[in-house]
Amino acid sequence: MEQLTQQLVNGIMLGCLYALIAVGYTMVYGIIELINFAFGELFMFGAFICIALTSSEISLFGSMVGMPQISFFLAVIVSMLVVGLLGVAMERLAYRPLRNAPRLAALISAIGMSIFLQNLAQSVFGSQQIKFPDIPVFTDSAGMAKAVTVLGAQVTYLQLFVVVVTVVAMILLSLFVNRTRLGRAMRASAQDKRTAALMGVNVNGIIAVTFLIGSAMGALAGGLYGAVYHFARPDMGFVPGLKAFIAAVLGGIGNIPGAFLGGLLLGMVESLGAAYIPGGSQYRDAIAFVILILILSFKPTGLLGSPVSEKA
Amino acid sequence: MSGPVESTGGKMLELQQVHTYYGSIHALKGISLYIDRGEIVTLIGANGAGKSTTLNTISGVLRPRSGSIAYEGTELTKVPAYHTVKLGLSQSPEGRRIFPRMSVKENLEMGAYSRRGQELKEDFQRVYDLFPVLLERQSQPGGTLSGGEQQMLAMGRALMARPKLLMLDEPSMGLAPMLVEKIFEIIQEINQQGTTILLVEQNAHAALEVSDRGYVLETGSIVLSDTSQALLVSPLVREAYLGGA
Ligand SMILES: Nc1ncnc2c1ncn2[C@@H]1O[C@H](COP(=O)(O)OP(=O)(O)OP(=O)(O)O)[C@@H](O)[C@H]1O
Ligand SMILES: [Mg+2]
Repeated sequence: MEQLTQQLVNGIMLGCLYALIAVGYTMVYGIIELINFAFGELFMFGAFICIALTSSEISLFGSMVGMPQISFFLAVIVSMLVVGLLGVAMERLAYRPLRNAPRLAALISAIGMSIFLQNLAQSVFGSQQIKFPDIPVFTDSAGMAKAVTVLGAQVTYLQLFVVVVTVVAMILLSLFVNRTRLGRAMRASAQDKRTAALMGVNVNGIIAVTFLIGSAMGALAGGLYGAVYHFARPDMGFVPGLKAFIAAVLGGIGNIPGAFLGGLLLGMVESLGAAYIPGGSQYRDAIAFVILILILSFKPTGLLGSPVSEKA
Repeated sequence: MSGPVESTGGKMLELQQVHTYYGSIHALKGISLYIDRGEIVTLIGANGAGKSTTLNTISGVLRPRSGSIAYEGTELTKVPAYHTVKLGLSQSPEGRRIFPRMSVKENLEMGAYSRRGQELKEDFQRVYDLFPVLLERQSQPGGTLSGGEQQMLAMGRALMARPKLLMLDEPSMGLAPMLVEKIFEIIQEINQQGTTILLVEQNAHAALEVSDRGYVLETGSIVLSDTSQALLVSPLVREAYLGGA
């Protein structure tokens, strides 16, 4: 029982992190039908920037540089802004020129972007894993994570924080997309770009905003992930990025609540699978793919996805 | 015919020698036409003549390779499509192009997208007065409306921009005969309320009946232009577009 609740808690938290990245995949796919594989790398940059800003010094291009050592919360916000702008630049340089090219060209560009960003991180931060500094609010005087016990499971303050931040982010995003003028323009552009333009929507601007939000969410996930697992490494984004993509597809790509649901589901099944299937922890990553294949064979549009034929 | 308008007369829109291509396909071969303030002008022509291409070139969705489009003192060929609506041009596009997964109300709100921060109550009222069925369907997704209802929504949506020049691409397409008549009445009503109209129609007879002037388009060129009354009795038009009646 205790193990079950513990695994559920871990799974929910992990699922939240997947969901935050999945939002980027799903929003960008929704509007330009591109799978931006580089979101995993934006996630990684989010973690590195948080480490850099919260440390007293860090190695950049191989030499130690003094750092401002600002609070974790501020660092997360700054990293979201920086990575958000990085995402906008990426769209402008790597995807917009290929907007009318065959779909495969943009996909290859996305893979290229992903490799480029990994290499960039390697040359800036080095290829070694670096440690995430302890966050004072979440750590007691002995250097242990502060936690509460719920039904026998240890829930750290940081885990709680991750869940609360994710839920709030999801609610805000849904309100933004469904209730605001800009959100409405975003949905209109996703459904019919030419007609949206006829209505006065600057579609390129809307696409840039989509990348800004998706990338910032990826950075948020990266900062939280780094804090939870105490590290950052240039290749850290690959597997979570892939899982988030799966989460987005599971939930129904293009659908924000679907990304949340898909992320949670994936996080929990993965956690429980690793704990209860004999030798399961070795197959952790495979579990995600098995679920993907299962769900897609029964409901190809994902859990909350609308039938493809509805697409205008 | 069109009613009195406060700012009568004077060219509102003028196209000169407009050439538009789709890749290597030469769709508009030097179109020149004009519309005066307060007029209803009809563009007739067979399938593929270039009517929709003309509207889309004016809207900025398509860029002409050469030629000029002057609208109220602005050269439109340099204006991005999303900005033309701010200048007072709006279009009810061919095929309706309703946002399928947005409600009727949201589709109308999109029509008023360019009028940021303005009160829309009166505009909704006006559209719902013209098309009461849209009020009933307010919260239904646009994609689930019938073809005729979508046509009304497309027209209502274009009106929400409070255009000075309204371009309608085959507004009677797919409507029941009774509704067709109604649509043409509504077009006249909108015009009498002060909106200049550029009308593209397959239903040449009805369109010429309500309009002031007309242009006949054949494979990308204007072959005839005259007052609508004259076109209605012109042998070429009668032969080719009015079923030889
Ligand atoms: N996207 C496109 N790509 C290539 N050619 C096109 C495209 N759209 C239109 N055309 C061509 O341009 C010409 C004019 O088309 P347009 O749609 O303007 O005709 P139309 O007068 O509106 O016809 P209809 O009455 O059938 O709507 C046609 O020959 C058409 O085949
Ligand atoms: Mg047409």
